[in-house]
Amino acid sequence: MRHLLRTPAGIAGTLLVALMVILAIAGPLIWGAEAERIDSAAILQGASAAHPLGTDNLGRDILARVLVGGRLSLGLALIATLIGAVAGVLLGALPSVLPRRAARLVTGTVNALVAFPGLLLAMFTAVIAGLGARGAVLGIGAALAPGFARLTQTLAASVAGADYVSVARMLGVSRWRVLTRHVLPNIAEPLILNLTQALGGALIALAGMSFLGLGVQPPSFDWGRLLFDGFGRIYATPAVALGPAAAIALAGIGFNLLGDVLARAASRRATPPGEAAGRPVPEVGELGEPDQDAVLEVRDLTVAFPGGVTPVRGLSLTVAPGEIVGLVGESGSGKSLTASAIGGLVPYPGEVSARRLRLCGADLDELPEQERRKLLGTSLAMVFQDPMASLNPALRIGGQLAEVATVHQGASRTEAFARAVDRLEHVRIPEPAARARQHPHELSGGMRQRAVIAMGLMGEPRLIIADEPTTALDVTVQREILRLLREVTDETGAATLFISHDIAVIGELCHRVVVMYAGRVVEELPVEGLASDAAHPYTRALVASLPDMETDRSRPLASIPGRQPSPAEVPDGCAFADRCELASAKCAELPPLIPYRAGHRVACWEAK
Amino acid sequence: MAESLRPSAAGPSAEGGRAARRTLAGRVRNGFVLRRVVRFVVSLAVLLVASFAMMHLIPGDPVRASLGPAAPVELVAARRAALGLDEPILSQLLSYVRNVLSGDFGTSFLSGEPVREIIASRLPNTLGLALIATVVALLVAVPLGMWAAIRTENGRNRGTEVTFTSATGAAVAVPEFLYSIALVTVFAIGLRWFPPAGKAGPVSYILPILSLSISPTAMIARISRVETLRELGSDYVRLARAKRLPAARLYFRHVLPNTLTATLTVGGLLLTALIAGSVLVEYVFAWPGLGLRIVESITQKDYPVAQGVILVYGAIVLVVNLLVDLLLGVLDPTSKLKET
Amino acid sequence: MIIKNLTVRFGSFTAVDDVTLEIPDGAIVGLVGESGSGKSTLARAVSGLVPYTGAVEGVDPGRVQMVFQDPLTSLDPRMTVGASVAEGLRLPRAARQAEVERLLTLVSLPVSLAGRYPRELSGGQRQRVAIARALGARPALLIADEITSALDVSVQGAVLNLIRSLREEIGLSMLFISHNLAVVRYVSDVVAVMHRGRLVEAGPAEEVVKAPADAYTRSLLDAVPRLARS
Repeated sequence: MRHLLRTPAGIAGTLLVALMVILAIAGPLIWGAEAERIDSAAILQGASAAHPLGTDNLGRDILARVLVGGRLSLGLALIATLIGAVAGVLLGALPSVLPRRAARLVTGTVNALVAFPGLLLAMFTAVIAGLGARGAVLGIGAALAPGFARLTQTLAASVAGADYVSVARMLGVSRWRVLTRHVLPNIAEPLILNLTQALGGALIALAGMSFLGLGVQPPSFDWGRLLFDGFGRIYATPAVALGPAAAIALAGIGFNLLGDVLARAASRRATPPGEAAGRPVPEVGELGEPDQDAVLEVRDLTVAFPGGVTPVRGLSLTVAPGEIVGLVGESGSGKSLTASAIGGLVPYPGEVSARRLRLCGADLDELPEQERRKLLGTSLAMVFQDPMASLNPALRIGGQLAEVATVHQGASRTEAFARAVDRLEHVRIPEPAARARQHPHELSGGMRQRAVIAMGLMGEPRLIIADEPTTALDVTVQREILRLLREVTDETGAATLFISHDIAVIGELCHRVVVMYAGRVVEELPVEGLASDAAHPYTRALVASLPDMETDRSRPLASIPGRQPSPAEVPDGCAFADRCELASAKCAELPPLIPYRAGHRVACWEAK
Repeated sequence: MAESLRPSAAGPSAEGGRAARRTLAGRVRNGFVLRRVVRFVVSLAVLLVASFAMMHLIPGDPVRASLGPAAPVELVAARRAALGLDEPILSQLLSYVRNVLSGDFGTSFLSGEPVREIIASRLPNTLGLALIATVVALLVAVPLGMWAAIRTENGRNRGTEVTFTSATGAAVAVPEFLYSIALVTVFAIGLRWFPPAGKAGPVSYILPILSLSISPTAMIARISRVETLRELGSDYVRLARAKRLPAARLYFRHVLPNTLTATLTVGGLLLTALIAGSVLVEYVFAWPGLGLRIVESITQKDYPVAQGVILVYGAIVLVVNLLVDLLLGVLDPTSKLKET
Repeated sequence: MIIKNLTVRFGSFTAVDDVTLEIPDGAIVGLVGESGSGKSTLARAVSGLVPYTGAVEGVDPGRVQMVFQDPLTSLDPRMTVGASVAEGLRLPRAARQAEVERLLTLVSLPVSLAGRYPRELSGGQRQRVAIARALGARPALLIADEITSALDVSVQGAVLNLIRSLREEIGLSMLFISHNLAVVRYVSDVVAVMHRGRLVEAGPAEEVVKAPADAYTRSLLDAVPRLARS
């Protein structure tokens, strides 16, 4: 209930609907007599003190009639909605119990009917059922049914295709039980939400029918009928149409806003947005002079989100030209956000801060905007996990590559396109000129990832950030992409920051490994030492838990008990202490990342 | 419009046309076009049967209901015979289909006018209104939705988001006939800027089109915003941002084409909804279209006219849906369309 | 049990092409292949979720159970762990509670988790719940389809150990499907390799890994990333 009243729209919707409900219950009780009182002395009057909205052709007070007419409007709308919902849900559920052919017929009919405007269906039904409230209610019910049927079908199909329904079927759970235990509970919520908005729609449609003279007939009256009466006199006394029109509009708005807010609340339940900013991470150590040779130098990088969520906490990293550095960690360790932060791509409301962030010898914070864009656009290449999602499905490959050259290097379209073809050839895409004219979906997964790498080579990349670039690919394709990345690094002299959860891939490709845990670097070492010289207990456990082609099959695999703390609950001390065999009282204090051997640093009090 | 918004990549602009033809040829080959046309024909047949059945589903005798209890028995019998209502139902259906296909929709009970002429003289007025309103709604709503999405991405500018969703939520909920009444009251009766009713020159189009397009504009703007937000969160936009493309290029060249599929689908539905919505607007503005006529025919039980007009409305819906399907099939290179 | 000449067609596309594979009693058969190789379709066919031609002999179709890749989608979000695990039990109501507890203990989960919902559990715990639920139906064959692919390495080890201990303790026959050759090799007695819908090689695990007979198996083995251990 609280989320309803958090936004102005929610408050307005709730208030309006409450008002309508009260009016429907109390209106006729209070103003019923007044609305029916005939006064031959006050026929067809305009607005006055006695009759704020005027009177009708029998001298009855229009304001009173509007207040009374709400019950019929809302009541008929409710009946029409229920007819539509019941018929629609039955129609929508039918295909799941019918034989295949009959099911397809029902689905086809529903799909065809959904396309028809409701008013058309309502008029059709009203012609058959005859003029009057009954015909209009039936008609609008019939017009609502296809929408409900379609929604039920879509929802039921998505639930029926879910793995847990497959499992239930394999466990021999009966169809009826699958329907009542799995399908219905999981589709009830969106259906109920839809009811609110359908109710508003039905009310409007009924008002429309009555307004056209096709709905409620005298002596009964609803808002639509009152508007019909008032509309005839609109040129003489516009006020008489005002009351019913406002009532219809307010009711429509109320139900629609309420439905909106309910739907939003249902879809957002999982994410509690907080206001407090992340805790500041204490800065440690001397900043020192910038490393002029490094391609990338990051000192104390922190990424914080509102609500005390700090996924990256004081990370420092230096990458030299020609070097391939592997950044390894499990999901939630902050490795991907580190990549985004370096590329300046952390989404709002994330806040990035660093004591130093230098790319190609230039301090990104001090560079003028124009130069910074050019530097990042041409010197930094990024490759993401899913090559299909990384390419724009609507644009041809060649065009997507070429724009880097036209935007940042002032190349003409022809030159840029020629360079794009050249780059595609460079990453060994066969028939590059033909491929450049194709859309991404016409390429295989491995080919697409090559195209993304080629895109990074359009400028003069000094740093390639590859974020899980082979995770979505098959092993044989993975090997080709890894080989390509290595070649590209060798040829261009660029550095690569390779991010992966797979320590074996890192071990095969990289020169140096940086291990992240809960937003911090816990160890940094040359790749040769990864298997046997790792000093941090987390790195050692990670290596031990990875089965490879030589693992002793007679012994159980190592695994780490517990789980990595989420970015909102990282402790002040060593984040791994809870899961660590070596943990001692000292671990309540944060261990600094300190040199351990040559080119090897570790953040652990117990590392010897 | 959509065609001109499709970028033609880096190649010469003739490439765009050639690729579209290639895709269309592909679609023809894999039976996509054929399936859609077959579905259209089947729906049309069902529609014909439904409109035929309408006359027979009316309880009692439609002729008696129309002429009233006072009409002489001979007149009713003569009318029944003229309509062929005494023949076997199947032969009635066959002759109905034959007549409709040859353009004969019967004659009005009341005025004796051929229904075909009523439709021919009034349909253009209805279609004109609906088409212009659809175009206006799309032209205003798509940029509006994109702008809102860009401003409110990832939950920034909460104020804009709240204002946008509340305003469009309220605008969607108010039906076109209330907009009509409000606009007439203020601009025609009060300020006397526009004629209150009838079709007389370009000025008389303004109020009906405004009333028809306000809530669809709000609805499409919401869809456009949601679609744009989804595209903005995708990896290719992240990559385009990593490439530091200028904002205009990012939004118009990368994002817009990908939101058009959904917008067009809705645009098609919208046109059909507007044709129906125009019934009420025509009524308010006494607009000489089909809508005004269908209301009269239903209230006066002039069944042949009601039957003919509903059939025409239904056929328009089917034609528009077919065209939208085919257009999407050609435009969408990733064939996201469900092949059902 | 034995899968004989099993073929699955989707329209004109043959997803599984004439596969014959024996699963000895109490053995774990590992099935490896790349995306599109047909390994998951074979699993679904054997579990009766997809129509097929050919035969699956030596096992009652109702006694095949399957565990899916993503435990979050294979557990109903609105059912507690206890209710999910109890779903496949054919027991009087009174005996269910005890059986659910036994099953949770069997997969090394604390009994107290029975009242929790899937979203409150970690990935590894959820996958154990899915396994416990499958075991509740006392399957003659358990099919595990990429059950560790969605898990972090540090958790994967525990699930693999559980799979091996289940074979030792209750003699469960299993078809273990994965794209990860190292994982398949570690848990399986027999390794079978699929490529484009066909079974290209099958044999004792060490034999297939040490001396692959098929060219495709060799290229697959070559592509496995290795951590140089000294």
